[in-house]
Amino acid sequence: MSTLTPVGGPAIQPGRPAVSLMSTRPRHGETLVRLVLRAAAILTILITIGILVALLVPSIEFFRTVSVADFLFGDRWAPRFADASFGVLPLISATLWTSGIALLVAIPLGLGAAIFLSEYALPGVRKVLKPILEILAGIPTVVFGLFALQFVQATVLREWFALDTGAFSVLAAGLVMGVMIVPTIASISEDAMSAVPLGMRQGSAALGANRMQTTVRVVFPAALSGIIAAIVLGVSRAVGETMIVAIAAGGQARMVTGPLEQGQTMTGFIANAALGDSRVGSLEYDTLFAVGLLLFLVTLLFNFISIRFVRRFREIY
Amino acid sequence: MTLLTTGLGAHIRSASIRGKVKGGENSARSILFLVILWLSLFVSFGVLLTLIITTLIDGADRLDARLITEFPSSAPERAGLRPAILGSIWVIGVTAVLTIPLGVAAAIHLEEFADRKKWINRVIELNVQNLAAVPSIVYGLLALGFLALLGVQNKNIVIGGALALGLLVLPVIIISTREALRSVPVEIRQGSLALGATPLQTVWRQTLPASVPGIATGAILGLSRALGEAAPLLVLGALVFVSFDPNGLLSGYTTMPIQIFNWTSRPQAELHELASAASILLLGILIAMNGLAIFIRNRYQQRW
Repeated sequence: MSTLTPVGGPAIQPGRPAVSLMSTRPRHGETLVRLVLRAAAILTILITIGILVALLVPSIEFFRTVSVADFLFGDRWAPRFADASFGVLPLISATLWTSGIALLVAIPLGLGAAIFLSEYALPGVRKVLKPILEILAGIPTVVFGLFALQFVQATVLREWFALDTGAFSVLAAGLVMGVMIVPTIASISEDAMSAVPLGMRQGSAALGANRMQTTVRVVFPAALSGIIAAIVLGVSRAVGETMIVAIAAGGQARMVTGPLEQGQTMTGFIANAALGDSRVGSLEYDTLFAVGLLLFLVTLLFNFISIRFVRRFREIY
Repeated sequence: MTLLTTGLGAHIRSASIRGKVKGGENSARSILFLVILWLSLFVSFGVLLTLIITTLIDGADRLDARLITEFPSSAPERAGLRPAILGSIWVIGVTAVLTIPLGVAAAIHLEEFADRKKWINRVIELNVQNLAAVPSIVYGLLALGFLALLGVQNKNIVIGGALALGLLVLPVIIISTREALRSVPVEIRQGSLALGATPLQTVWRQTLPASVPGIATGAILGLSRALGEAAPLLVLGALVFVSFDPNGLLSGYTTMPIQIFNWTSRPQAELHELASAASILLLGILIAMNGLAIFIRNRYQQRW
């Protein structure tokens, strides 16, 4: 006999309580509430499926008229003209210019701010500086757009620097978008650097490294996956940003070859095309969703890369 | 030694070896590095300051009572934001009613009841993280497609706008609620369960009340983001001339950011001035909301 049998008592099986600790009376109300909670969580998946269906159905309609190759590799975007052409490259070129300029601004500024806050700032200074960065993150993008159009483009670029540019440019939109993304990059990379164990810094200091060397050679590499995640998320935000480019980058879809030119981004096209009242089911309406699908897939790719890298640094420390 | 006792930020004070070792804290390169760090912060803050000051200068003349009480008009000196302000209140109010209960419910499931090893819960988690980074304009397209599916002819209705903004805010609320729930120590739950409460009673009477400040902070930040958002509403056709007060879920509307965009995209200088004045008002409201969120976080957040 493997089970112990105390005299006069029931058999005790090791490792399993003889009586369940859970209530024996079923609580139907609780089960119901828990089902409701679960339904709310599952709804988030339905939203993603909804996005995919909402974008795919009109897009499939669109690609019945326009071939995928013509769409992806065509370099003339003129959906409203009599001889309509649906090459998306002009929109992509404008998106690349604005996002590229934005990242050139946002990566150094964001990382600089993150390093300062994580490695140098005293707690009191940090307590003041972080909310200011949060305010920067909370400014509506229309207000940024207005600033890009009226101050950066009209005053700084045209008056102060006397640059040869029109009322709109991808440069003005990109510069302001860069400042908009700074808080995103700064806060995620700061989290990553703060997560690096203190012992690593102390070890570095014990070997005679000063604070700069410790930061650059120990903390920065250790937090690299988090920093990459921050930058990739910044890319995703830059590609998806709408109002700044709709206001300040211009409205004509032509291949952009320099920063002082105007150009229409993917998001700028969607925003502008939506202004005209396009009938449900028309080719114009479907075009909106085809560009939206491309935009969603690009940002989805970047988001997943970013989430991957964030997980990695969370796992290490 | 400060080296071992202070926390992050002030941990490497090598005062005793300063100057003796080559490449110490006061070497030219170290100081240059620090200057660059300071500069990167100051450039960001400088732009923020410039933005606020230029907007103030441009819009100060039109920042008056007419801005709040008047309807938009073709005559700039008589134009105001009245329907846009009411529209924003309607849309954000409905968004809050739709998303806060839903977001909190989803977060409670994920944080308190979901089995993390199950694939479905992992998918939900990954999915929420991704939803938080989907471009806002895509949510506009989703709402547009949804309204078309329902056969709604007029897309410019309050409930449509609230739907689009709700999708945008939902992941923010879920993520911040989860963080608030996670910060409640496990001993509180164990204590409650040990006294005979069911898991749901534990959540309802212990965990949830303790995380209300965190949830409120997250909800306010999420809603303030929605308040400043224009792109999804633009797709839903909110850029219209509204000369009445919105008065219901199916009423036509426009919002403050859309009205600002409208005035910005016109050529007249007077309208740009109006756009700046409206921006100041919007910025004021948003900074007040952010301030309230930070206040709640600092004042009511329990430290365990």
